[in-house]
Amino acid sequence: MNPKQRNRLILITVIVVCVGIAVTLAGIALKENINLFYNPTQIAAGEVPKDASFRVGGLVVEGSVRRNPGDLKVTFELTDGAEQVTVHYEGILPDLFREGQGIIAQGRMNAEGHVNASEVLAKHDETYMPPEVQDALDKAGNIEDAAAPGTSSKPAKGY
Amino acid sequence: MLAWLHRLASPKRFHGLAGFFITWCGWGALVLFASGLYYSLFNSPPDYQQGESIRIMYIHVPAAWNSMFIYITMAIASLFVLVWRIKAAAAVARACAPLGAMFTFLALATGSLWGKPMWGAWWVWDARLTSELILLFLYLGFMALQSAIEDKDAAARAAGVLAIVGIINIPIIYYSVEWWNTLHQGATITLSEKPKMNTDMFISLILMSLAFKFYFVVAVLRKARNEMLEREQNSQWVKEMLGGSDERK
Amino acid sequence: MSVNEFFHMGGHGFYIWVSYGLALVLMVTAFIPPIFQERKLIKQITRRLRREQREQS
Repeated sequence: MNPKQRNRLILITVIVVCVGIAVTLAGIALKENINLFYNPTQIAAGEVPKDASFRVGGLVVEGSVRRNPGDLKVTFELTDGAEQVTVHYEGILPDLFREGQGIIAQGRMNAEGHVNASEVLAKHDETYMPPEVQDALDKAGNIEDAAAPGTSSKPAKGY
Repeated sequence: MLAWLHRLASPKRFHGLAGFFITWCGWGALVLFASGLYYSLFNSPPDYQQGESIRIMYIHVPAAWNSMFIYITMAIASLFVLVWRIKAAAAVARACAPLGAMFTFLALATGSLWGKPMWGAWWVWDARLTSELILLFLYLGFMALQSAIEDKDAAARAAGVLAIVGIINIPIIYYSVEWWNTLHQGATITLSEKPKMNTDMFISLILMSLAFKFYFVVAVLRKARNEMLEREQNSQWVKEMLGGSDERK
Repeated sequence: MSVNEFFHMGGHGFYIWVSYGLALVLMVTAFIPPIFQERKLIKQITRRLRREQREQS
């Protein structure tokens, strides 16, 4: 490598390192804004905006889904393992919405500290398997260890 | 080592090597696409939660992997352009950009088509989706810069700087699902852990991913070889190659 | 499994077939032009070389 080429290589390395540092700092500064949603714990701690729309993410608590007969109104609880928050929603829920599923709801806080959601999105995890395997796991009763989305290995993370 | 590199990257040698890879990777891509499509459409089970829509994954994930792989290829080729002024590398980098943009677009579009029925939204501004969109703009910026500068060598160098600086976006895309709360799920297949999916699903995904990679190798070399031929049309080796076959007539 | 069932894909047919179709269309459209470009290029260069040869002799 002649000196000219070495200088070019050094210059490029310096540029990449500098931009890398700048992006890292920007990422750390914006960390909260880049997060798509708040946890129920953060809501309980009062970290969410009072008068603006925000997103909350968590697992739908088993047995908490109450549908209004006659219309599309639905109420359910979200948990991240530590805290819970009640969500009201009116509309069509995504295919993946079910109890125990991770979901993200967008909405505002109401006076009782519940969330009035205008949009509900389902979050699935990175585990894929055929239905028969899931049935077998259910029968064996070790659903928690094996595959239930979000309820298993890392409940607090991402929800 | 560098002398070897220059010899390897000499236009004549590049032309020969490209021809070899185009032929063999072309056949490889055909076989892989045939078996990959058979597996992904007929021979893999539906998902326990997502049903048949899981099959979109066999297009979406290979496209997304390609979008990042092509960017890395483009950035490395640009490094060879900037530091060692290798012409073949410039041709490869230039050929990469539209293919990379295409796979990025395909990943975004199929992601949308998967997200609508499963998540309930075509698009959300989460970190994974946004950083992948930035990747598309990096490709488009690279192409715009290439065509904005008249002199081809200067254009390759200017765009090369953009490509190399933009490489920072690649780890951001990859780790976005771990660093931030996103709607997008984490990685199913990692080097450190057993894939969290059924074997037939895994085979489908790997076959399709390899097919996409082979397709890229063939497509990029075809484009790069054409560009080299056009630029080098007055050099001795082109005259020998094309003029020689002519004399025999 | 009937043909209809296969295309219906448990109600997700639209999303799945648009995905596969889009992939096919994009990859084919990106692949064709360089093939014709190469043929044209070789024809052009050969013709020019032949002309130059004739002029020399």
